[in-house]
Amino acid sequence: MTDAIAATQGKAALSGDARTRRRHAAERRFRMMGLLAVALGVLALVGLLFSILSSGLSSFRQTYVTMDIYLDPGILDKAGNRNPEDLAKVTTFGYAPLIKNSLAKAMNDKGFNSQLEAGPAAELVSAEAPAILRRYVLNNPDQIGETVEFNLLASGRIDGYYKGRVTMASAELDRNISPEQLQLADELKEAGILTTRFNWDFLTAPDASDTRPEAAGVGVAILGSAYMMLIVLALSLPIGVAASIYLEEFAPQNWFTDLIEVNIANLAAVPSIVFGILGLAAFINFAGLPQSAPIVGGLVLALMTLPTIIIATRAALKAVPPSIRSAALGVGASKMQAIFHHVVPLAMPGILTGTIIGLAQALGETAPLLLIGMVAFVRDYPAAPPEGFFDPASALPVQVYNWTQRGDPAFVERASGAIIVLLVFLLLMNLIAIILRRRFERRW
Amino acid sequence: MLTEAATEKALERKMSEINYKMVGKDVSVYYGDKRALFDVNLGVRNNTVTALIGPSGCGKSTFLRCLNRMNDTIANAKVTGKITLDGQDIHDPDIDVVELRARVGMVFQKPNPFPKSIYENVAYGPRIHGLARGKSDLDQIVESSLQKAGLWAEVKDRLHEAGTGLSGGQQQRLCIARAVAVSPEVILMDEPCSALDPIATAKVEELIHELRTNYSIVIVTHSMQQAARVSQRTAMFHLGHLVEEDDTDKMFTNPNDQRTQDYIMGRFG
Repeated sequence: MTDAIAATQGKAALSGDARTRRRHAAERRFRMMGLLAVALGVLALVGLLFSILSSGLSSFRQTYVTMDIYLDPGILDKAGNRNPEDLAKVTTFGYAPLIKNSLAKAMNDKGFNSQLEAGPAAELVSAEAPAILRRYVLNNPDQIGETVEFNLLASGRIDGYYKGRVTMASAELDRNISPEQLQLADELKEAGILTTRFNWDFLTAPDASDTRPEAAGVGVAILGSAYMMLIVLALSLPIGVAASIYLEEFAPQNWFTDLIEVNIANLAAVPSIVFGILGLAAFINFAGLPQSAPIVGGLVLALMTLPTIIIATRAALKAVPPSIRSAALGVGASKMQAIFHHVVPLAMPGILTGTIIGLAQALGETAPLLLIGMVAFVRDYPAAPPEGFFDPASALPVQVYNWTQRGDPAFVERASGAIIVLLVFLLLMNLIAIILRRRFERRW
Repeated sequence: MLTEAATEKALERKMSEINYKMVGKDVSVYYGDKRALFDVNLGVRNNTVTALIGPSGCGKSTFLRCLNRMNDTIANAKVTGKITLDGQDIHDPDIDVVELRARVGMVFQKPNPFPKSIYENVAYGPRIHGLARGKSDLDQIVESSLQKAGLWAEVKDRLHEAGTGLSGGQQQRLCIARAVAVSPEVILMDEPCSALDPIATAKVEELIHELRTNYSIVIVTHSMQQAARVSQRTAMFHLGHLVEEDDTDKMFTNPNDQRTQDYIMGRFG
């Protein structure tokens, strides 16, 4: 008997027996599978980033038509008194000839046959351009009578031509652009009238209609999303942390708190569209808050974020060693002092992580916002908070959803651009979380 | 009947003669349905080190934690009987448990300094109790507490470094300094040396010896040698009962109870 045991032990030590080999093989297999899983994940991430960046980065560059425009007082200010009300009476139709004439003059200077080519060239300028010009004049009435250099948006088709979306072949079939116009565009580009430059307007401009993709931007959506994040943070962080501290440290353990606990865990798993229906019924139909407003979106998203924050905070509080509590109580700290002087500061990194995860979730949430009307087409910027919380606004993910629904392929590029903006926002939030966590952890 | 009353009276007279700091009378503790302590009658004398010994799970730590009501923090623990501090019932509704814990300090089994600086560890108690009138006053308390704990010389140049960066023995002395800083009257120690090496243990024991002049100390220990070295009185617990309590010298040479004899001789536990 003892001999037999000694024999097997002796063999195992030589690592040659079948059992040892099987064990090693199993370990190797498991490591390979883990490596494979990680590789798949990385591959998917790289693929995703590549597809978004390759189709979205171009939305940050835009083709412009550069020209000097003489702001003719004879057209813009017939009364000659610079009265804002009179100035506003001139519509975009009044501005369109200004652009056409200035373009003709610019082309003339560069040696084009302006009489033949100015007409087709004017169509290369975006339909949004007169509105941009009018906004400039209304904001700077003192510039009337001066000659100002403008970079006006080129039309979406021309922009698409330089981004590879529009080709000579596709222009044959296109009612909005002809191959001759594309040729002309190339010549204008050589002459320096058409330029490609960084597109700040994409970040600041509001959404634009289906026919003017070149003018569409995420300005209103960024504001709307930022407002909602402010509301979510201001509501769900204090409420969530207070609820967690109470549940974790003060609440008695009974069937009622068990019930609450189960419900919080379930709430975290409720589909987000259900929260949208709740928001529609409770905040808009019952409480009478305005539709499409960041306040409603913020309230709904705060409700969604609460369970995430509560679960993360409770886990963080639970992770603080009980010896710290005993130590504080042992020197005569009250329960509240022990919790707020020692337990909560130690749990702070965890609480912050949970909050940022919750906020990031809320930032990317689309479905509930559709139900409360944030999918509406909003051209006007919401006012500064707090009034702005009640103005109609859009949100970044909804803007993405909105643009993917539109016909013009130029909006695909815009949607990918908006996704990039959204990702940058998420990265910034995570960065803040990491910095805050570092700061709190450095206090031992 | 008469004799019983007489003996009780005699006992009470004897109790009043001796200078007791804390007295536990018929103390029982229940954790839910489980009874952990059975009618323990035990006093803590002034300026004396009382050692509580007995095998694991015998209730000595439970009794210790009754003395500053640390059992209150356990969800379903129930304490019955009467415990007095200077004749005052510590379960009296008028007594603030925070006040009690300031007067009856505690040092735990595992060193548990706050994850803050050494200075902050010691200053925390005086600060929340408002014992210092200003920065220099607080500095004074921190220094004297660390000196009493025998740690001053080792840490005086790095008061603002992390308390958790000290060695285990230093951490435990830091915890003692932290307890001393709020000038308690009684210090409870729950196996304070069980996580320490022999050299650190010797230092802590020496410290206990010195602290005795100013404080009443109750110490739970698993080490017979330690009980013999540091204490003047020893109480033996077994299965939730107080077996006997006497002068340490007598307990270790000539105990009344067979169980004490067996335990001290290492026959069980």
